[in-house]
Amino acid sequence: MSAMDTLKEAADRAAEAAAEFARIATEIATNAPEAAEAAGQGAAAAVGVDPFMFQLSIFAMACFVGYYVVWSVTPALHTPLMSVTNAISSVIVVGALVAAGADLDAGATWATRIFGFLGVILASVNIFGGFMVTERMLAMYKKKV
Amino acid sequence: MADLAAFAYLIAGILFIMALRGLSHPTTSRQGNRFGMIGMAIAILTTLLILSPPSNFSGFLLIIVGLGVGGGIGAVIAKRVPMTAMPQLVAAFHSLVGLAAVFVAAGALYSPEAFNIGVPGAVHTASIIEMSLGVAIGAVTFTGSIIAFAKLDGRMSGSPILLPARHLINIALAVSLVLMIILLITTQWTGWFWLITLAALALGVLLIVPIGGADMPVVISMLNSYSGWAAAGIGFTLGNTALIITGSLVGSSGAILSYIMCKGMNRSFISVILGGFGGDSAVAAVIGAEVRPVKRGSADDAAFILQNAGSVIIVPGYGFAVAQAQHALREMADKLKEHGVTVKYAIHPVAGRMPGHMNVLLAEANVPYDEVFELEDINSEFAQADVAYVIGANDVTNPSAKTDPNSPIAGMPILDVEKAKTVLFVKRSLGSGYAGIDNPLFFMDNTMMLLADAKKMTEDIVKAMD
Repeated sequence: MSAMDTLKEAADRAAEAAAEFARIATEIATNAPEAAEAAGQGAAAAVGVDPFMFQLSIFAMACFVGYYVVWSVTPALHTPLMSVTNAISSVIVVGALVAAGADLDAGATWATRIFGFLGVILASVNIFGGFMVTERMLAMYKKKV
Repeated sequence: MADLAAFAYLIAGILFIMALRGLSHPTTSRQGNRFGMIGMAIAILTTLLILSPPSNFSGFLLIIVGLGVGGGIGAVIAKRVPMTAMPQLVAAFHSLVGLAAVFVAAGALYSPEAFNIGVPGAVHTASIIEMSLGVAIGAVTFTGSIIAFAKLDGRMSGSPILLPARHLINIALAVSLVLMIILLITTQWTGWFWLITLAALALGVLLIVPIGGADMPVVISMLNSYSGWAAAGIGFTLGNTALIITGSLVGSSGAILSYIMCKGMNRSFISVILGGFGGDSAVAAVIGAEVRPVKRGSADDAAFILQNAGSVIIVPGYGFAVAQAQHALREMADKLKEHGVTVKYAIHPVAGRMPGHMNVLLAEANVPYDEVFELEDINSEFAQADVAYVIGANDVTNPSAKTDPNSPIAGMPILDVEKAKTVLFVKRSLGSGYAGIDNPLFFMDNTMMLLADAKKMTEDIVKAMD
């Protein structure tokens, strides 16, 4: 009989949990507009986690991805690896673009624009130079004919 | 719109990961490089699309001009640079990433609203920390890479420059950097930003000048890593996923390469960074090298030995790159193959001045990559080889690394060329290598020294084989 009791007890608990869940769901539904507003004010407010933590998670995961991907690179291609990592790290150009195109009407200064402009030049030297020289190098690696 | 942009940046980040993944094999490598280009195009277009209103004509003009000028310069450099100059080119490119990081941080500091990180005088603390780290690492990368470039390009002596109390100065600079970052947060005075930049610029110079030319493979990988961390720091400031992913990819890539290079020399990363080891081979002292008998040979002797060999293993080193002997060497290998000789190439991880330096030069001379082997894959074959043709390499073949525990290179993994029946050693003089130590290989019975420029000697051997 004890097995039956346990089963019944479990069923009761499940029903209770379901009821509680339904209650919360209704609550969420009724509060949805406010919740959305809170989320709009920043994920931090709604979830209680600073957005920085999400970025940090991406950073940590990408470090691990980088670790495993780079170990699989054949040593013969270590020089192209350096030149291509160089080229992709120039994605810093997105920051330079934001600075160079900063809206003066919204309070941005010319100082920012000049810094951005210089940044765009430097980064694009690297983007074009880096990818092209990598392409040139990789085109040379040939198999025995 | 913002979500869509974030998604596009994520795609760009993933494409960058696939770009590196492609490099796991030469056959997939070019496709990988294309992925990288696509990722970059997506990142740039996305940024342009979400940028301030299209009415902002002057801003877009600046961007177009910047992209055009920079892209043009980059394209010309990429087309013209000789393959032998690849180490200094990579160093120069690292310096640009570092300086770009400084400029982006400066831009963000003067118009924080444009970057959504606060208003002037009240920039978010987290953003200031990220920005300061980005700018400090960027500035170190910038000057450090310039010094590395000058050393690699021969514009500056490759021998270490040792300032008295340099460790103390470096520590003082590092501590002052931390203090100034704290002051920048509390006072929000832009002056601190520039002082941080100045201190980091000085630190970059001081960190790299004491490191000798032969340790450059580590330095260049390390600067590669730094440029990645600088990008990641800026990525946090901008909250940009593509930048964070790329920064950490590049950062870990450089760190792994530094580790591989250190292992190739059996030296700790710390001892390389502290510097003071080795210099130009020309500068290193020659101690009693000439008094012991060595067997010298001519190009004709070498040609005879090579032609009658069954298998030849070629061991290139930095001297081979300096002499630009890659095409002559390939010609020699072709001649040998005509004579039915098996030719293979053995590459030491730290041969040359950057990771993979030798492989690129051999590839340029159309040497098929499946004839080129890494140390661990070919080292056991020297015992069966008839001839080891050592061209411009020295310390990476020095048997005293295995036999003499007091040698400066003790424990360094080396190519066992002395096990070959005959060792042909092409070298300009009997001087020692960068470590400033004698190579007992010169005086072994099975070694024949070919004292000449690597390219000249190889060409003469080719002629003698006709």
